[in-house]
Amino acid sequence: MSPAAVAVLAAAVRAGTPVLFATLGEIFAERSGVLNLGVEGMMLVGALAGFVTTVRTGHPWLGLLAAAAAGAALSLVHAVLSISLRANQIASGLALTIFGTGLSASLGRSYIGVPAAGFQPFPLPGLGDIPILGPMLFRQDALVYLSYALVAAAWYALYRTRWGLELRAVGERPEAADAMGVDVARVRYGCVAIGGVLAGVGGAYLSTAYTSMWIENMTAGRGWIAVALVIFATWDPLRAVLGAYLFGGVNALQLYLQASGTGLPVYLLLMAPYVFTMVVLVIATRGTVRRRLGTPAALSLSYSRDGG
Amino acid sequence: MIPPASLRSVEMRGITKRFPGVTANDGVDFTAAPGEIHALLGENGAGKSTLMKILYGFYAPDAGEIRVHGTHKVWRSPGDALRAGLGMVFQQFMLVPSLSVVQNVLLALPPRGWRLDERAAASRLAAEAARYGMAVHPRAQVWQLGVGEQQRVEILKLLARGAGILILDEPTAVLTPQEAHSLFATLRRLADEGRTVIVITHKLSEVMAVSDRVTVLRAGRVVGTIPTARTSLWDLARMMVGRESFDLQDRAPVPPGPVVLEIRHLWADGDRGRDALRDVSLDVRAGEIVGVAGVAGNGQRELAEVVAGLRRPTRGRICIAGSTLAGADPRAAIRAGLGHVPEDRLGTGVAPHLSVADNLVLKRYREAAFGRGPRLDRAAVNEAARGLIEAYGIQTPSPDAPAGALSGGNLQRLILAREISAHPQALVAFHPTRGLDIAATEAVHRALLDQRPRGTGVLLISEDLDEVLQLSDRVAVLCGGRVMAVARPGDVTVEQIGLLMGGAREALSGTTA
Amino acid sequence: MCVGRRAPSRLAAAAAPIVSVLGALAAGAIVLAASGVNPLAAYGALVSEPFGSAFGWSETLVKAAPLVLTGLAVLLPARMRLWNIGAEGQLQCGAIAAAGVAVFTAAGRSPLAVPSILAAGMAAGAVWCLVPAVLRAVLAVNETITTLLMNYVALLLVDFLIYGPWQDPQGRGFPLSPVLPAPSRLPVLVPGTRIHLGVALALLAVPAVAAILTRTRWGFEIRVIGDNPDAARYAGMDLRRNIILVMAAAGALAGLAGAGEVSAVSGRLQQGLSPGYGYTGIIVAWLARLHPAATVLVAVLLGGLFLGGDALQISLHLPIAIVYMLQGLIFFFVLGGEQLARYGVCFRKRPAAAAEHRA
Repeated sequence: MSPAAVAVLAAAVRAGTPVLFATLGEIFAERSGVLNLGVEGMMLVGALAGFVTTVRTGHPWLGLLAAAAAGAALSLVHAVLSISLRANQIASGLALTIFGTGLSASLGRSYIGVPAAGFQPFPLPGLGDIPILGPMLFRQDALVYLSYALVAAAWYALYRTRWGLELRAVGERPEAADAMGVDVARVRYGCVAIGGVLAGVGGAYLSTAYTSMWIENMTAGRGWIAVALVIFATWDPLRAVLGAYLFGGVNALQLYLQASGTGLPVYLLLMAPYVFTMVVLVIATRGTVRRRLGTPAALSLSYSRDGG
Repeated sequence: MIPPASLRSVEMRGITKRFPGVTANDGVDFTAAPGEIHALLGENGAGKSTLMKILYGFYAPDAGEIRVHGTHKVWRSPGDALRAGLGMVFQQFMLVPSLSVVQNVLLALPPRGWRLDERAAASRLAAEAARYGMAVHPRAQVWQLGVGEQQRVEILKLLARGAGILILDEPTAVLTPQEAHSLFATLRRLADEGRTVIVITHKLSEVMAVSDRVTVLRAGRVVGTIPTARTSLWDLARMMVGRESFDLQDRAPVPPGPVVLEIRHLWADGDRGRDALRDVSLDVRAGEIVGVAGVAGNGQRELAEVVAGLRRPTRGRICIAGSTLAGADPRAAIRAGLGHVPEDRLGTGVAPHLSVADNLVLKRYREAAFGRGPRLDRAAVNEAARGLIEAYGIQTPSPDAPAGALSGGNLQRLILAREISAHPQALVAFHPTRGLDIAATEAVHRALLDQRPRGTGVLLISEDLDEVLQLSDRVAVLCGGRVMAVARPGDVTVEQIGLLMGGAREALSGTTA
Repeated sequence: MCVGRRAPSRLAAAAAPIVSVLGALAAGAIVLAASGVNPLAAYGALVSEPFGSAFGWSETLVKAAPLVLTGLAVLLPARMRLWNIGAEGQLQCGAIAAAGVAVFTAAGRSPLAVPSILAAGMAAGAVWCLVPAVLRAVLAVNETITTLLMNYVALLLVDFLIYGPWQDPQGRGFPLSPVLPAPSRLPVLVPGTRIHLGVALALLAVPAVAAILTRTRWGFEIRVIGDNPDAARYAGMDLRRNIILVMAAAGALAGLAGAGEVSAVSGRLQQGLSPGYGYTGIIVAWLARLHPAATVLVAVLLGGLFLGGDALQISLHLPIAIVYMLQGLIFFFVLGGEQLARYGVCFRKRPAAAAEHRA
């Protein structure tokens, strides 16, 4: 494989990582039955919080914590509205995205053009020397490695723990879970908060690792792409990896084509990730409709014991 | 032969439960003993499920007391009953379809640490299932299972929680005869171990086959409790239905006209499984009311939906006034001249937030009388609505009031007004009087009988046997998706109909339609 | 905390939106104060600029016009339980088509230029919206996500054109299309203001949409499907056909907004044609509770907010993004307020009796 191809693959992993974080988080929220369309807003606020904290303290890890906290705080607004107040989940999520977009752009204006010392890539001993896979997967920054661990942890939590069982039951048939003594609201709050934390972390990846700068609206729809990839992933963390890296691949490829000067107009190349996501969504929808599988049955439906 | 107090696991005394407009249980006494299978028999609406939901803590009784193993109990929720060793299998299973069998059972157990040991749980479950003769695959996903196996999972869940008193609500309603047979074997084994098994049912043959004792409920009261060995199918049928004969509604004879609704070799799948309708053939002639009797869930819904073009048949065909319907096309059925009074008045029959006037033209808004071109002439709609409100006695503050605000009786008047005013060739009426008061019920009956001289063929599907027998020129009995028999009400007894509804085809040997 | 069912109080229902907006402004004040801005000064500018003078009012109307149209573009599908998050992209496509016809065809210089560019804008918006509509109607693809993704594609299409084939040769390299020829510019209706024909068309669209909903057979179908799809199927209505028609109409409305902006306000295709009118349209539709007439009121309020945001940028050097933050807060508070007015709140565990009424 040519060095250029390996470089594109490594870039695909990096480009896919922020989306991967957000997708994993949204999988938890949706698995518990809460649709959160505020991912874009939470990512933006997370990106800003992570960036500002990194600039101010010099510690990207503190930035990461701040981003996670910011994402969680925003997600709890959605949780209160959609779980406790049983508001329309689509509307509440859209409000969150509009708010997050506005808040991050308002507060972040003075940080435009400020440099930050973010996460730097380093090879993992031994693994980094494997041909092709080494440079692709194991000469990345710490957050990419963190995302590998998170995928495994998410899978384990969902499928191998009591809590995962409860949250899947809550998203499928809350009344059955309730009848067995599971606290539906508590499980949902927890999952929405996880969604917020991971969206925040995904945002921070963009501003402290992928680019190390703050730009208004720098997520450029990645939050929405994450929501689409959740469907593509059929709510499964392992398939989310595939979706995120495919997206990353398309992104990396169009960047490579831009850089290598093929003459294709830049702005048409930039459309590729969005068009790709729509195609993927169509394929995934056909699959889920045909097999009637995947979609948590109680997704976006509020639950109360008296059925109101 | 009431067991001595020391042997009563369940004792309910003077249970009364009223819902708005109806007394579901009226001073009911009920006892069950460990080691017995106790059948609770009655027609739809006799109060069986209400009584058991009271026992299970779902409803609080208005009067009366519950004792479990001799201790007086007041439940605050089903959870209390669950902890006291009761377990109930509802008709609507409380399972998570996307989880596996063992996961559903694990969910029912109190947490033991945060890790799941599915493998150990699966082998325990398999052992438990084998012990009671229940075939289950612990690792299979629940949605892939047939209803019979899902039911076994529900029972295993309750056993895993240590339930000593099991209540099953119409457990064979969704089972094949073979599955029912093996369920009975399992229930017998559970009873032999000293558990109390209570089975709610309306099927006489089942009572005879499985139970030790039977309590018969009729109209919210206990008719009697007797050991099964000392009764017969015929006695039970009489106790359940409570009358020897029935009155035929006064009516002028109408010579039957040509066939307006022709159903031939119809097969259809239901929402919960395959072949909810099996080779159904029926004719309805102009001026004739054909009643469909049967216990709920025996294919009635599918029959109504297929005829109305809302469900695709898997085989067979339907002709309405000479035009054959292809697939599922409600508009074609309407055009062919079908009227449809649906089962779920509010959920299907109307757009509840739209006005009474809008709902009265729900199917007729395309007619030229309501405006030219794209325009919908509000004045014409309102005028037509006012006429119908007047003619059918719909009580509404105004034609602009939302339909959802009407009472049940007025809602049904609205739907009847709409369907009948379209001058249908054939009319399907599904549970047309369910939940209505006497005045509204009479109005519906009158409206249906009025269709005979007008030459409309009516297919009346109802759980109310009296209604079917009073109104119909011919009665078809549906059980397990099949037409058991077609007869004239004057030619059969209530007992015979009851037996047919319970699946005993031999009840009508010698009688022809 | 839980919400319990309660008979909705009429007073609570009426007061909820007002209290909600005030709550949102209070929360916004906290954010403003935390970022070192005097909230009173900011709010003063936000109100006085759009509503403090006759010219302010006229400018507010200019901003409100596209919001009315995008609000209707969200409202119409929402009446059928469809979420059109793509009004922004449909607006951009309307602008592209209008500019294209105006600049590059003979029609743009003909006496029929204005109707031509408006028709082109509406057609382009409709076509743009048809992609998600057909995917939804035929393949059941979630229209919320697809309409939104199409926004990004539309914005990139604008970039592609103004950095590429449509770039003004006399523009000194700026990403701008050539100026629209005079016959293609929407006429100003009130001298001394910028109130243009598009404002009047937007105001006419309101009764038009209301009439479609209440006085046509098609609107009847939309209302029935939106209220109870099962009843609609029972009555023989074609759900797929209606999805496609309604979404196309929504796209046309947003496209009209785009044509109006490019022809009357910016005069050329360029970036920043819309400060997010499409997204704000979602809030317009929701706050109007899906009643067409109410969109005018809400659009004037939110249009004023955009105008006030412009003023803040100039006088207090605050970013326009504050407007979005406030919009998001208003949306939050209105959503929460509606639910509180509907259900009321209890802060204790549900009593056992309440659980008995199910099944």
